[in-house]
Amino acid sequence: MRREPLINALIVVGLLAVPLWAYMADEPYVITLTTKVVILALAGVGLNLALGLGGLVSLGHAMFFGIGGYAAGILASHAQSYDPIMEWPFLIEGTQSMPVIWLLAIVVSALVALATGALSLRTSGVYFIMITLAFGQMFYYFTISWPAYGGEDGLSIYVRDHFPGLNTLDPIQFYGLCFVILLLALFVVARLARSGFGLALNAARQNEARVRAVGIEPYRLRLMAFIISGAITGLAGALYADLNRFVSPTMFSWQTSGEIMVFVILGGVARLFGPVAGAALFILLEEVLGGLSEYWHIYLGALLLIVVLFARGGLIGLLAGQGKGDDDD
Amino acid sequence: MTDAILDIRGISKSFGALKASDDVSLDLRAGEIHALIGPNGAGKSTLIAQIAGSLKPDTGEVWLEGRNVTLDGPVARAQAGLGRTFQISSLAMEDTVLQNAVLGALGARHRAPGLWRPVMKQADLRDTAMAALSEVGLDEFAHFRTADLSHGQRRQLEVAVALTLKPHVFLMDEPMAGLGADGSALLVNFLHGLKSRAPILLVEHDMDAVFQLADRISVLVYGRIIATGTPDEIRANSQVREAYLGEEDDA
Repeated sequence: MRREPLINALIVVGLLAVPLWAYMADEPYVITLTTKVVILALAGVGLNLALGLGGLVSLGHAMFFGIGGYAAGILASHAQSYDPIMEWPFLIEGTQSMPVIWLLAIVVSALVALATGALSLRTSGVYFIMITLAFGQMFYYFTISWPAYGGEDGLSIYVRDHFPGLNTLDPIQFYGLCFVILLLALFVVARLARSGFGLALNAARQNEARVRAVGIEPYRLRLMAFIISGAITGLAGALYADLNRFVSPTMFSWQTSGEIMVFVILGGVARLFGPVAGAALFILLEEVLGGLSEYWHIYLGALLLIVVLFARGGLIGLLAGQGKGDDDD
Repeated sequence: MTDAILDIRGISKSFGALKASDDVSLDLRAGEIHALIGPNGAGKSTLIAQIAGSLKPDTGEVWLEGRNVTLDGPVARAQAGLGRTFQISSLAMEDTVLQNAVLGALGARHRAPGLWRPVMKQADLRDTAMAALSEVGLDEFAHFRTADLSHGQRRQLEVAVALTLKPHVFLMDEPMAGLGADGSALLVNFLHGLKSRAPILLVEHDMDAVFQLADRISVLVYGRIIATGTPDEIRANSQVREAYLGEEDDA
């Protein structure tokens, strides 16, 4: 009866099998492509926590994606030029160590999510969408006009950042790293969704007055969800920077926010593996249709329309059917 | 001071020129059911919103167990011991019946919900929730999606969620609405037993139920309480008959 866990397992197997095959067949491009899927999926997993479980339609998640990217870019650029970030009152140097970069990406994203969420969550509906969009655009224009870190041209990371014990320049090793992080994030989000916090957050999405009437404040739940959501998307941004070895203000653009949302919607809103399926489908379409026509977004748009009109559960919902309302979780 | 558990002191609320609540005073004592009745448009919903905390009165105060809660919102009032049910079922429709009840038990803990432990596996929450569901006779439906419940069952679930809060005061907004004769009779019995646990402020349209259940009745007309008394006193009150009960007879 419950097909969703099976489908999720199949997706995990696919994410293992495809790069392994590519490794054997010596197709590094396919590995890189799968790495892109995994990283974009991670960004979607972050958004899905806010959007799916919390009902928070954030059009500003590029903000966190970009912060993660620039955390990696800025730290790496200082390390590359042996130019400390600051010398007074104490010395902070750049670094190419991924764990440090990730920590910074997560912490800064979380803090920015706290600040922007605290303000924007006082609104709801269209106003919430517009405010998150506005925050995202503020970051976009800020980075464009910030010459110290490349301005419009962005920043290059000449050598991919390091992870202890791994050769991150080897595509399959970098892929493995990203894959493990995705699995960890999925685990964390699955736990959150099944916790008391998840129950209350999901209930607040459905009926705010109900949650208040049992003495729980929806605002706090949402703020917490927004922070964790932003932190996960921020981590994805740091990985994305290392994948491309390049960051640019585009990471902050509202189109990026839109794309992350498209992954979630294509795959299935509020489905644990929805963003993974969505990102995979997106990249697949981009490769296949993008090869046929420059205007492949038209087909993507049509597909998105079909999903929104006829398959609300996205790809996962289509394959697994109604998966909600299970209380043995 | 009397032994009023819930004490509404002279609250007024206007929307423009409309006085939705006009110097309303009302109290609820231990062990009683106090019914609030009034024709449509009398201002019952506005009054309930002010008691539940979702609307602030222009003037006047609301006291709960000797504490002034006038400035508290609905979350703080729920934590202070107010358990309410909604006129229009207000539940997480996509969730199961049990999940809705567990949400109540979770709220009754009075601390931020945990982020890590699976909530549906916590025995204390499940037990509280199941106990409340069986009290209202919904235990067999625990694993149903709430959206699949009948209208009457949703009303029962509203009551069950309020029970999980172990409130000191119940505020029930038309719990009988749409229940049908059998359902109403069951609920009347149930509420009769419930009032010894916590007093009930009952807003209800079902006059049979009100006159069977209530220890005291207050009649709200055009935002004003025109009479408060025992069911017999209310029945005998000419003002009430004219303003309210009479109208129903004519209809």
